[in-house]
Amino acid sequence: MNTLSKLTAIATVALVTFMVGCKPRGAQSAVGGDAAQKTYVAPGKYDEFYDFVSGGFSGQMSVYGLPSGRLFRVIPVFSVDPEKGYGYSEETKAMLNTSHGYVPWDDLHHIALSETNGIQDGRWVFANGNNTPRIARVDLKTFRTAEILEIPNSAGNHSSPFITENSEYVVAGTRFSVPLDNANGDVPINTYKQNFKGTVSFVKVDTSGRMSIAFQIQTPGVNFDLARAGKGKSHGWVFFSCYNSEKANTLLEVNASQRDKDFIMCVNWKKAEEYVKAGKAEKRTVAYAHNVYNENRHSATSEIEKEVLVLDPKNCPDMVYFMPCPKSPHGCDTDPSGEYIVGSGKLAAVIPVFSFTKIQKAIADKNYDGDYDGIPVLKYESVLHGEVQKPGLGPLHTEFDADGNAYTSFFVSSEIVKWRLSDLKVLDRVPTYYSVGHLSVPGGPTRKPWGKYVIAYNKITKDRYLPTGPELAQSAQLYDISGEKMKLLLDFPTIGEPHYAEAIPADLIVKNSQKIYRIEDNQNPFAAKGDANARVERKGNEVHAYITAIRSHFTPDNIEGVKLGDVVYFHVTNLEQDWDIPHGFAVKGANNAELLIMPGETQTLAWKPDRVGVFPIYCTDFCSALHQEMQGYVRVSVPGSNVPITFSTGKNEPTGPIAQNK
Amino acid sequence: MGNEDTTPQHMKKTFQILVALAMIFLISCNNSTQTPANPSATEASSDAGQANVKDDASMKDIVKVAVGSPDHTTLVSALKQADLVDVLANPGPFTVFAPTNEAFNKLPKGTLDDLMKPERKTDLQNILQYHVTTSALKADYFKDGQTLGMVNGDNITVSVKDGKIVLNNSATIVASVQASNGMVHIVDAVLLPPAKK
Repeated sequence: MNTLSKLTAIATVALVTFMVGCKPRGAQSAVGGDAAQKTYVAPGKYDEFYDFVSGGFSGQMSVYGLPSGRLFRVIPVFSVDPEKGYGYSEETKAMLNTSHGYVPWDDLHHIALSETNGIQDGRWVFANGNNTPRIARVDLKTFRTAEILEIPNSAGNHSSPFITENSEYVVAGTRFSVPLDNANGDVPINTYKQNFKGTVSFVKVDTSGRMSIAFQIQTPGVNFDLARAGKGKSHGWVFFSCYNSEKANTLLEVNASQRDKDFIMCVNWKKAEEYVKAGKAEKRTVAYAHNVYNENRHSATSEIEKEVLVLDPKNCPDMVYFMPCPKSPHGCDTDPSGEYIVGSGKLAAVIPVFSFTKIQKAIADKNYDGDYDGIPVLKYESVLHGEVQKPGLGPLHTEFDADGNAYTSFFVSSEIVKWRLSDLKVLDRVPTYYSVGHLSVPGGPTRKPWGKYVIAYNKITKDRYLPTGPELAQSAQLYDISGEKMKLLLDFPTIGEPHYAEAIPADLIVKNSQKIYRIEDNQNPFAAKGDANARVERKGNEVHAYITAIRSHFTPDNIEGVKLGDVVYFHVTNLEQDWDIPHGFAVKGANNAELLIMPGETQTLAWKPDRVGVFPIYCTDFCSALHQEMQGYVRVSVPGSNVPITFSTGKNEPTGPIAQNK
Repeated sequence: MGNEDTTPQHMKKTFQILVALAMIFLISCNNSTQTPANPSATEASSDAGQANVKDDASMKDIVKVAVGSPDHTTLVSALKQADLVDVLANPGPFTVFAPTNEAFNKLPKGTLDDLMKPERKTDLQNILQYHVTTSALKADYFKDGQTLGMVNGDNITVSVKDGKIVLNNSATIVASVQASNGMVHIVDAVLLPPAKK
């Protein structure tokens, strides 16, 4: 028996050795020997790039360093985050308000970094909420969601938040066409062709970052997928890919793949601005939430806005054109010069590349191939720069370097293909592990790609990551593109599902990154700026505890006089003025979450005790060597009790004046 | 005693060489053109350390308070010699009794020079750690007769008389400064830990 098992072991080892030796071309040989060194960042040094990665169905945005692939932060955007109290604290609940009420989750797909003159400027990063249509703006000083704007007349904000080259607009195209908000929606679904409409929205971004819907364009009932703004010579235009030009309302898998070509919709937004100014837009009554976080008050407000301006292309000639694009286009990407628009038909065998110059000429010559619902369709051949022939299977997205090369992801054949814009020649291809969706080059969607790397965002990791039950982590893979051949350097798991991501040189953000909230600027009405202001007050059945936190105690840390039936509001001010010293706050039995309070900040947790007793409170963030000592007690008495409100820190000794008063 | 600090360094080097050799061996077995990773790639940059973090926004930590005080140049040199600079830039919280230059001058002649020698590093650390406790104690937290456990493991006794706070009946607190990671109480004498039993 013993001998047998030994033999088995030897045989197994021999077999494994043989198999490994025979393995023709695995991931190991795809990785260069110096790959680890190229991604190592020593203590005391920072990464070269920030990478902002969408969290997909997690609703959040993650922040990685490149080239190390280390996860630095998950920024809560559209989903609640009990860890940070986001969506649970009294101050942040309003961020998730919508016309449907409080919606604590969404599906975040795409990232758009703010730009000046077509170059990333590091001020803000925008993201779309795909499910309940919303756009969020994250402030890159604080890495916090600063604003969320709901999009009316939309039923799935997928084609968003792509940005124009001076951050004039972020766009929002609806994935689903539906009866619009002001129309009767109680119609049979199979009346799609008569009753369903699409919209694309142009959301203005002012110099402070604040968003507002400038106008919407009502469109035929197609599905909008992705978009890119023009740049340079094509600045003033936005290109939206659309599918389901068949206007199918069921089994789109088959019914939306009937036509040889769908469309890229070209919108001249400068023309649209003129029509709005000329009063051509219809004012429609709608309802959408606009939520803004105030950095001085440390709290959000939500307003329901009631009006939107809608342009109908029927009344606005020369504003919208359709450009035929093979087989259900997904990605729609403009190159750094603004001359080329690359469409990626999910089911197409070629990648069509359109020329902006030719588009302009075709428009001038009225070189049309009829119309689609009254909107001119440009002749395919008249706008085509050329097609990349047989590039791979299932092209999805394209990004660019500064040297005239394009990088396209292929889901079905699991690869990235590098090709040249000028002659459309394929130059190189590398496998991804596996089934790549989006890809990104730092600065790749802008006029100034920083290059150096391309990152693949993969859906499948079955033999790449250890099994973790039925669901496996998705991955990002980093390739060096500084040479002629792309080289795999590293991969790292991502949160949720990564869709689009954008990377930016760290220098553009590090210099502005906020370290603390200055306590003297704290305008939260519930702040206690200093221990002398710490107190507990009763207002009817509300008890307001104004608590301060500093290493390593709360003031007060003994609270009595709360009665069953009260709602206790813990307003906790972190008095620290020291970078990276948040304090946490939690109370036993709270039905919401914890608070995580940044230095100088005030946040509020509402707690409705459900029983009589003594309840611990404590700091949840390992703040200091005496973190474990940072605790206190709240006594909850029976309703009608005559225990008065008392509070203290360091005074409530057993022989002290505050004794049991029964 | 003199070799106590250098021996582990030698061992560390030997270990690093062994690791590097093992890596070369493993990699050459791998039948590829891979080159060994540069061992220096695994070392921290010389910029590493909490005291070196560039931060003009936060309140000054204890190290920055001490460095900014012209009366504490001796203390700062001693903290550097004792490798305690990064420690005192840690979140703490700490209470540091900070002897002035004058306080150090009151030590018997030659004592400080002797403590600053590399072979006396452990003794210097012991003395400096006797000036630090792990909790942020404001002046009004001190009570007459209180005992404070210091970082080096020994205790200090506090006496409070007529508003004057005196430690071990020898060092008086002359001023207090709030730092981001604790309290600095300036004292007029160096505290000497009790002799080892």
